[in-house]
Amino acid sequence: MPVIKDAVCSLCGSLCDDITVTVEDNKITKIENACILGHSKFVGMFEHDRIETPMIRKDGELVPVSYEEAIEAAAKILVNSRRILSYGWCSTSCEAVSGAIELAEETGSVIDSTANVCHGPSALAAQEKGSPSASLGEIKNRADVIVFWGCNPVHAHPRHMSRYSSFSKGFFTEKGRKGRTMVVIDVRKTDTAKLADNYVEIEQGSDLLLITALRSIVNGHEDVVPETVAGVPKAEVLELAETLKNAKFVCIFFGMGVTQSRSKYKNGDAVSSLISDLNQHTKAVMIGMRGHYNVTGFGQVATWETGFPMAIDFARGYPYYNPGETGANDLLVREEPDAAIIAAADPGAHFPQKAVRHLAKIPVIQIDPYANPTTEIADVVIPSAIVGIEAEGTAYRMDAISLRMKKLIDTRFKTDEEIVKDLTAKVRELKRGA
Amino acid sequence: MSEILIKNASVCDPAQGINCEPMDICIRDGKIVERVSGNAKVIDAVGKLTMAGGFDGHTHSAGKINVGRFINPNDARKNPVPGLSGQVARTEKTRAQVGYNTPNTYAIGYRYAKLGYTTICEAAIPLLAARHTHEEFKEIPILDKMGLSLFGSNWQVMEYIRDKEPEKLAAYIAWGLKASRGYGVKIVNPGGGEAWGWGRNVTGLYDPVPNFDVTPAEILIGLAEANERLRLPHSIHVHCNNLGKPGNYATTIETMKLFEKVKPSRDRQALHVTHVQFNAYAGTSWRDFETGAPMVADYVNGADHLTFDLGQVIFGPAVTMTADGPVEYANARMLHEKWSNQDIELEDASGVVPLFYSPKSFVNAVQWAIGLELALLVKDPWKIMFTTDSPNGGSFVNYPEAFTYLMSAKRRAEVISGFSKMALDRMVLPGIDRELDFYELAVMTRSTQSKMYSRPEKGNLKVGSDADIAIYDLLPGQVDPSTEYAKVKQAFSGAAYTLKGGEIVVKDGEIEATPKGKTYWVNAKVPKSIDAAMQKDIDRKFRKYYTVSKANYMVEDSYIQKPVEIDTEGVF
Ligand code: SF4
Repeated sequence: MPVIKDAVCSLCGSLCDDITVTVEDNKITKIENACILGHSKFVGMFEHDRIETPMIRKDGELVPVSYEEAIEAAAKILVNSRRILSYGWCSTSCEAVSGAIELAEETGSVIDSTANVCHGPSALAAQEKGSPSASLGEIKNRADVIVFWGCNPVHAHPRHMSRYSSFSKGFFTEKGRKGRTMVVIDVRKTDTAKLADNYVEIEQGSDLLLITALRSIVNGHEDVVPETVAGVPKAEVLELAETLKNAKFVCIFFGMGVTQSRSKYKNGDAVSSLISDLNQHTKAVMIGMRGHYNVTGFGQVATWETGFPMAIDFARGYPYYNPGETGANDLLVREEPDAAIIAAADPGAHFPQKAVRHLAKIPVIQIDPYANPTTEIADVVIPSAIVGIEAEGTAYRMDAISLRMKKLIDTRFKTDEEIVKDLTAKVRELKRGA
Repeated sequence: MSEILIKNASVCDPAQGINCEPMDICIRDGKIVERVSGNAKVIDAVGKLTMAGGFDGHTHSAGKINVGRFINPNDARKNPVPGLSGQVARTEKTRAQVGYNTPNTYAIGYRYAKLGYTTICEAAIPLLAARHTHEEFKEIPILDKMGLSLFGSNWQVMEYIRDKEPEKLAAYIAWGLKASRGYGVKIVNPGGGEAWGWGRNVTGLYDPVPNFDVTPAEILIGLAEANERLRLPHSIHVHCNNLGKPGNYATTIETMKLFEKVKPSRDRQALHVTHVQFNAYAGTSWRDFETGAPMVADYVNGADHLTFDLGQVIFGPAVTMTADGPVEYANARMLHEKWSNQDIELEDASGVVPLFYSPKSFVNAVQWAIGLELALLVKDPWKIMFTTDSPNGGSFVNYPEAFTYLMSAKRRAEVISGFSKMALDRMVLPGIDRELDFYELAVMTRSTQSKMYSRPEKGNLKVGSDADIAIYDLLPGQVDPSTEYAKVKQAFSGAAYTLKGGEIVVKDGEIEATPKGKTYWVNAKVPKSIDAAMQKDIDRKFRKYYTVSKANYMVEDSYIQKPVEIDTEGVF
């Protein structure tokens, strides 16, 4: 009965790499160390609805076909379209992302990741101001002040606090939670906030005001700060600034509450500036709480292969980047794409209505292990193996440290990596024939 | 069996003492051989300067360059060197290209190859993030690669040095190289990375590292001795303390002196000091900043135990990236620039900051001069490796331009004529009339590298060597580099032919083929008992302090493209 140690959990951006998995008769029978989310991913693949077979929509119905037929049909859609959107690729391996980029280049497509609706603004902020960061172990070993801003790890990254942040014990932090000050800044008292030493409740959409006030104080201009900022009394803001300045090592973990609230990327820009200012007094870093387990990996691969982290348009033959114009939603809202390939993501459930409405009108190719609302509008559905369980490959943790995802059991499904390779080969073949 | 005959080449191969002599070169199955059959494909190289493929021994081409790309999307569109920068659409043979200082992976491979370069060494691999470096290596076409692993602020290293356990230290280095698939030991601002973990820095060789009770000098010597004990192909590769600070030439010379007593275990230097331009500053502040190159050159001229590279500055935009975290923060504050930082648990710190070198800035003008002064004042080219520390001093695509500065006093005078009086007062370059010839240039761009990295099959055209060859449309004797530098620059910017492992990859300045390059890494053998004792120590490190398990830390075989394992036997 094989027991696999140090398996990597392919659910959230924490990428815990200490999972022990027992496999019997090609079935996972025991999972140790994973949190409830991770656990349900490992077992979920037997319980949830897998897409059983490749399918093509005929007369409105999805009918089962072979992989070859599905790939041929998908390739035909791609060669017969002029403006293809390739979207998703964040819950799959870097190797699959690399293949997807090559396919996008081959077909002159626009390729974008799920960062379009989560941490995309963080990338823009980094382009404006940089990103002073650290590996998670730096936080574990050094941080005495930890700020969670607009994120809720108790529910979204359940083991984050015990492995890397609030509760973890490290070299200079052997007291763990007792030796640390935990601050939560949020619009509502989340379960994470309940664990904090200091919970700062701010008004919806006013993050930028608070960050700016903190910067003013850190830089010695507390006189310009009004009596309340973002709904927070000045005395509390002053106290927070003191906590940050007097720390030995601060980390601000920021989530979608910051990146997707009003002011969007300007919030990240301001956090980065605050970190830079704080380093005049102490040591400070910031880390984005990335959701999907490999959304960071998409950004990494896209950046080294194309120069840009997302929203890459290959229409000109070389990569062109202008988020706001070349993002997945930008294109769909303008009703521009005449075909779409969606992998390891679910825009059917997560995109604005107008975008989904356009998606429903054009041929859609879906690559995914599971059926989801996007399946309802897909014309070709290609099921894939689950990376980290049925397929190996690389993923990047939220702090940009990469890990090798293991294959734990055998599968009859093709991997995303194989599917894009086959698809690219087929597209080339059809083009040559044309 | 593939055979090529390069006929009537004008060969410049310092390893064999051949100085621009007409010769034929025979190639079979990727290697240079004595003779080939009548079926060999013939390349007519009459009137063409022919050298071994270029070897960039210190460049940043994988790993943290991705942070540089990420924060500078504007760089992707820059095209100051047409044909070697900016956006290029995909073709049947090539992937799409973007960028200048931080090109995408494909562009790096194509552009180096166009310059006649066939091997690069990435100068900083953080152990924990090594997998990433190799992922990028895989996507850089054509070139052979190697990388240097960072050890200069590593907890385990500092502890072993503090606790005087040299054998375990060597075992740890061997293990770290294996884990990261590295080729050598890189030390950046020794101890400074750890101090930066608390927002601080070290100020020189004898400033204690916070909490670890060692000094940078002890780290340097400890690692050098471990390096020699393991008989590694390359010496330690050192980025000195106090980089970028006026007055730092003294620290640099002090560092060089420290190694007079270290005996190399192989036929190579005991120390390689990197991008010395950034470490050859005199003065006490940016106000009275001036060149320290003459003092450094003076010392190097009397020393036999070291090699160094330039870190030549190129005017225009650059992106600085270094495992010297505190320096990058200081740069960002001083220049009001965006700042990225990445501290790696238990190991090191790094940062990325874009900047612009302007000939109008007296500081930048003097920096530009210092690199050239070092190259021209140090008499023996075998001690020098030409680099820009790409993209810290400027992008590698400017190498041909920089060669003209080395080869032509007239060309230098042209550039210098735009400098302010203040700048001129702070440099000695205008008084130097030395001009390098093609032979010396070949030494600095190929031969030194072959020797300093102990890669006898690279950087020369001996029988048995790799058929990595650059053929330039230039005839020494008929082109005078001291006056016809435009021709020199043009010829070096797009090789007539580049051969990589006997395959034509560039023809008439255009990419012909894009084979995959090899990855060199060093497997240093250590006695089992010592290794086991060391493993116990690091097991504890992993259990208590790292956030990844030891098993997941090792870079797996599947990431190493065409691996070439270099085995060494340590002396214990
Ligand atoms: S915290 Fe995230 S990565 Fe870790 S076990 Fe839970 S879901 Fe998986």
